[in-house]
Amino acid sequence: MKLLDRTGWIDDPFVREGEGANLLPLEAAHGALGRVRPLGIEAPATTDPESLAGLLDQVDLIAINFPGHRDGRGFSIGRALRELGFSGRLRATGELIPDHLALALACGFDEVEIDDARAARQPIEQWLAAASVVGLAYQQVRDGRRSIFAARRVA
Amino acid sequence: MYRYDEFDEAIVRDRIAQFRAQVARRLDGSLSEEEFVLIRQMNGLYLQLHAYMLRVAIPYGTLNSRQARQLALIAERYDRGYGHFTTRQNIQFNWPRLIDVPEILELLADVQMHCIQTSGNCIRNVTADHLAGAAADEIEDPRPTAELIRQWSTLHPEFSYLPRKFKIAVSGAVQDRAVLAIHDIGVQIVYDEDRGGIGYRISVGGGMGRTPMLAKVIRDFLPKEELLSYLEAILRAYNLAGRRDNKHKARIKILIHEIGIDAFRERVERIFARLDRSAIEVDAAERARIAAYFAPPPFADLPAASAVLEEARRRDSALDAFARTNIIRHRHPAYAALTVSTKPIGGVPGDVTAAQLRVLADLAETYSFDELRIAHTQNVVLPHVRLDDVPAVWARLVEAGLATANAGLVTDIIACPGMDYCKLATARSIPIAQAISERFADPARAAEIGPVGIKISGCINACGHHHVGNIGILGLERQGIENYQITIGGDATELAALGERIGPGVDAEAVPEVIERILATYLAERAPGETFADTVRRIGIEPFRPALAAPKEAVREAA
Repeated sequence: MKLLDRTGWIDDPFVREGEGANLLPLEAAHGALGRVRPLGIEAPATTDPESLAGLLDQVDLIAINFPGHRDGRGFSIGRALRELGFSGRLRATGELIPDHLALALACGFDEVEIDDARAARQPIEQWLAAASVVGLAYQQVRDGRRSIFAARRVA
Repeated sequence: MYRYDEFDEAIVRDRIAQFRAQVARRLDGSLSEEEFVLIRQMNGLYLQLHAYMLRVAIPYGTLNSRQARQLALIAERYDRGYGHFTTRQNIQFNWPRLIDVPEILELLADVQMHCIQTSGNCIRNVTADHLAGAAADEIEDPRPTAELIRQWSTLHPEFSYLPRKFKIAVSGAVQDRAVLAIHDIGVQIVYDEDRGGIGYRISVGGGMGRTPMLAKVIRDFLPKEELLSYLEAILRAYNLAGRRDNKHKARIKILIHEIGIDAFRERVERIFARLDRSAIEVDAAERARIAAYFAPPPFADLPAASAVLEEARRRDSALDAFARTNIIRHRHPAYAALTVSTKPIGGVPGDVTAAQLRVLADLAETYSFDELRIAHTQNVVLPHVRLDDVPAVWARLVEAGLATANAGLVTDIIACPGMDYCKLATARSIPIAQAISERFADPARAAEIGPVGIKISGCINACGHHHVGNIGILGLERQGIENYQITIGGDATELAALGERIGPGVDAEAVPEVIERILATYLAERAPGETFADTVRRIGIEPFRPALAAPKEAVREAA
């Protein structure tokens, strides 16, 4: 698996398997709450974001799975988690394509994790180019771009 | 009409650069064909039966002369000299080459047009009443609201990969000319003095397709300054819970049908309560900035009656017939909105040539404050013509083959492209429309029959809106033969209703005869002053069933 963010490939400090595993499936994570830090949880696309409200300050990373490249549920989950106050790392995993990176960043995600085959087919340059090609957004986004509506207010 | 500022302009240009890069990544194999399909669709590009098709948005149906001339240029240079107006205020080009598409997009951007979100599982081109700013029954002009929705929905990061397409329509009048009830969200502008004046009535869950449903009201009054947040709450509830296991059950109408409107409303209101509205909504200054572009044009202070027009009508019976059918009453008594029919007898509904587009551009510029409107009926409207100018406009329309006096009549048929173009089609639509049009070519007969809406779809996806046609025709394929199901009682107005099938389907050749019989039944049954729709509402569909009884050989068993 490969991990990337808006700067390029990055190292993954979270481990899924073996001793010291700290990126756990949601259902396995409850035993680790308050005990393991940093702690990451993995949640499926069917997750109701409000169901995670109670543990947001006990986890350092939430990974949301995107089960298909046409499946945008994760974008809503990510944005809702940010609105609920989650300030840790937000990761998108699964079947994302470079064109999704801008959307994920705009919805509050920090990073995207893909498998090696996809990383080979869709190299990092494509991800970074796709993330920056549209320089503006009408919506209030969480990727550093200023919203057009906000910019007009100032203009 | 609205004019882009530097931000609107920049985002459209960036989107073209993005599309160019996407095409390049498809060509070098980085994007799989499956991954590319949705991406090109989100930019309005389809692969059809014979060629690519490019669908251009005409947001809320508004077009100026410069834009119409640019469309003419594109039709000539990159297509076969014509374009096709759809039922969703888009224009489609049926013959572009993939390699030319970025260039076409640049030409569109030069006149502040685009193909953004004219397809794909995202919020589609927002539509509105084509008589906005002209209608006599208007509460408030729907275009500022529609333009705000256009901007808010453009490249929305959360809602670009919904379970299925999502259509929003806006009406600001008493009469519904935008068919709100068949949209995923219908936004009706209302006035309620007790609740602060102008607001919105929001309906949700309408749609055509194989499971047609009429939208239900989710909020009977929404303050103006809460619109975008409320739309986001609806979209989020849908994005999280809409079905993704079956394409045919993925529209919001199915979710609402399965959990019920009350449960859905509860979800929406819960999300709505938590949203940070200040981050989503625009302020009053921005709403005013947009609205200013739609200020009424400087209408001349003229008498309500036009002696020039009256005299010309007396002299020329063809002009008189045109005036009777194609003049729409205007909010200003000295003006008219004129329907320019794209349905000449035997023609292809919605098709216009480059030359015709240029004539329309000239007429808009000279006589209609530089404005054209595209209606969901696939016709064009000159929204603000002085009554005194109607004879001159009409004369130019006659020369251009655009003066067919049939607005709202039996030959003003809505038809999808059908099997002549579309990959999804199961039957032809256009030749059926042409055959019916030929059958009722006599203007006196059409006038005697009066207003009736025939709508034809060439497959179950119902792009021709057959479910809400007063007479609906659905083309299917049975054992290799095209078969047409006839429905009666649909209604696309504020009295929205879904039609019911009157019996088994018939062969293509039998359709005009069946329509003839249906209309004969109406003429025999109608009470004085009743339109076709009125009569069906009163007597039901039973009396129309015998229309299918013969010719027997043409009637096939339904599966």
